[in-house]
Amino acid sequence: MSGVRRSVRVLFTLWWLQLKIVAVSAFDGILNVIYPLFFATTAFLMFGQSGKPEALVYAGLGAAVMGTWSAMATSASGALQSQRWQGTLELLVCAPTRLALAVLPVTAALATVALYSLVATLVWGRVVFGIEVQIASPVAFVVALAVTLASLATFGFLLSVTVVRYRTGWALGNLLEYPGWLLCGFLVPLDLFPTWVQWLAQALPPTWGMAAIRSAAAGQAPWGEIAVCAGLGLGYAVLATVLSERLVDSARRNATLALT
Amino acid sequence: MSETGPAVTMRPGAPASGGVSLLAALRVVFVGGVISFRALFNWLNPYIYVPTMLISPVFQILLFAYVGRSAGVADDGFYVIGNAVQYASIPCLFAMANTIAGERFTQTLGIVLSTPVNRVALFIGRSLPVVANGWFVAMVALFVGGRVLGVDLPLRVWPGIALCVVVASASCTGLGLLQASIALRVRSTAVLSNIVFGVLLVFCGTNVALDALPAWMAGVGRVLPLTHAIEAARRVAGGAGLGDVAGLLAREAALGVAFTVAGLLALRYVEAQSRRHATLELQ
Repeated sequence: MSGVRRSVRVLFTLWWLQLKIVAVSAFDGILNVIYPLFFATTAFLMFGQSGKPEALVYAGLGAAVMGTWSAMATSASGALQSQRWQGTLELLVCAPTRLALAVLPVTAALATVALYSLVATLVWGRVVFGIEVQIASPVAFVVALAVTLASLATFGFLLSVTVVRYRTGWALGNLLEYPGWLLCGFLVPLDLFPTWVQWLAQALPPTWGMAAIRSAAAGQAPWGEIAVCAGLGLGYAVLATVLSERLVDSARRNATLALT
Repeated sequence: MSETGPAVTMRPGAPASGGVSLLAALRVVFVGGVISFRALFNWLNPYIYVPTMLISPVFQILLFAYVGRSAGVADDGFYVIGNAVQYASIPCLFAMANTIAGERFTQTLGIVLSTPVNRVALFIGRSLPVVANGWFVAMVALFVGGRVLGVDLPLRVWPGIALCVVVASASCTGLGLLQASIALRVRSTAVLSNIVFGVLLVFCGTNVALDALPAWMAGVGRVLPLTHAIEAARRVAGGAGLGDVAGLLAREAALGVAFTVAGLLALRYVEAQSRRHATLELQ
């Protein structure tokens, strides 16, 4: 079997296996759907007070995508820590394939499950708060969403590999949840922030993904934003791949793989 | 003929002999409580504590303050106080759930529950450090969040707010105790704690004042911990004296006592059920 075919097979098989595991996990599956709904509800109630229907639609779309960040920040950081607790992290690291190929499908599965959260929040907004999100360009919307999720998966990949070396790295995911919600333009327009914060926000793929999704929903061309989002996602994937090799070497040298 | 050992006739929580010693109970409350907290609340590791307990609440405050600015409703002070006090629920709920889940994870739950120690002393002792930690987390969030957003609270209001936060942490720990009883039967305690946290976020007037919530939601909020303490803290910050908010604090404290009693009763019931169904140490 050629190297490429073997890599694709590893990626697909692991993605499918992880998807089945995550889909029935109370924390990574069920909670990732329910938890963002509390924040979406709060945001809907707050925007509802403003008395502007367009503000509620803005919040409806943003809150729906917000859950995808939540699924990635917390769950991706905890993904390898779970393997450590279960005693399978050493097996994963010793598998006769690159660590990147073993970890990326884990975060890709989390990104796939994040779709549940997005749909659930859109339905919640429609049924409970009467928010009608109109999608003017459905094809562009689907492409923007797919690229956003893929770039989130690579960002999650970067987060998850840090845990290979640092046992408490999962706390990084908890820490990043609110800043991501704040900075990626889900509920707060970026122009409310100081310039240096806007620059920081633009280094995060979901910022561009969210902008692309809003453009597609409004019927504008989102392709530039989609391209930047995809480029950033690719950049994070390369960075995570390089980092994963170094961190695994360090973890082996310091014998921290099996430490819980 | 084989000997299987003496039959156990002691009921859970009964004294080993000669009645309950007050000194032993106090030791369980204060010494046992602190040891358990240090052993079971593994978030005390600074690499976990600082990001999760000290930085995250500040970002929660920033998130809702900016959403408030974006929506054009309320002022930053409203969100600083609401979210700082509400964030006390994270340490209170998670740490109380860990008093059960942590023991189960380390396979010591059976040992703890087979000791003849007084259950009230055992769980109240485990609650006290949790209340102190919840208070500390909320106060740090209030101070740092206020500084970041430029919300200037005069020095004279801080003692009153500190008292409100103590009552809030205590009542929320009562809810945590009730949740700990559920943790005896439900294994996914992190999921449970997150859901309860979310309920408190939406219903307690944290980001939307009770009078702006639908009536049924405000009604639910009034029987939950934190609601009255958040309102009291906002009034104190606005210049009200402690006498003015005594009623609110009394209601918050009463709710805390009610949840604590319900938690202790539920723990007693679920412990018996868990013994009967052999589910105590299921991971």
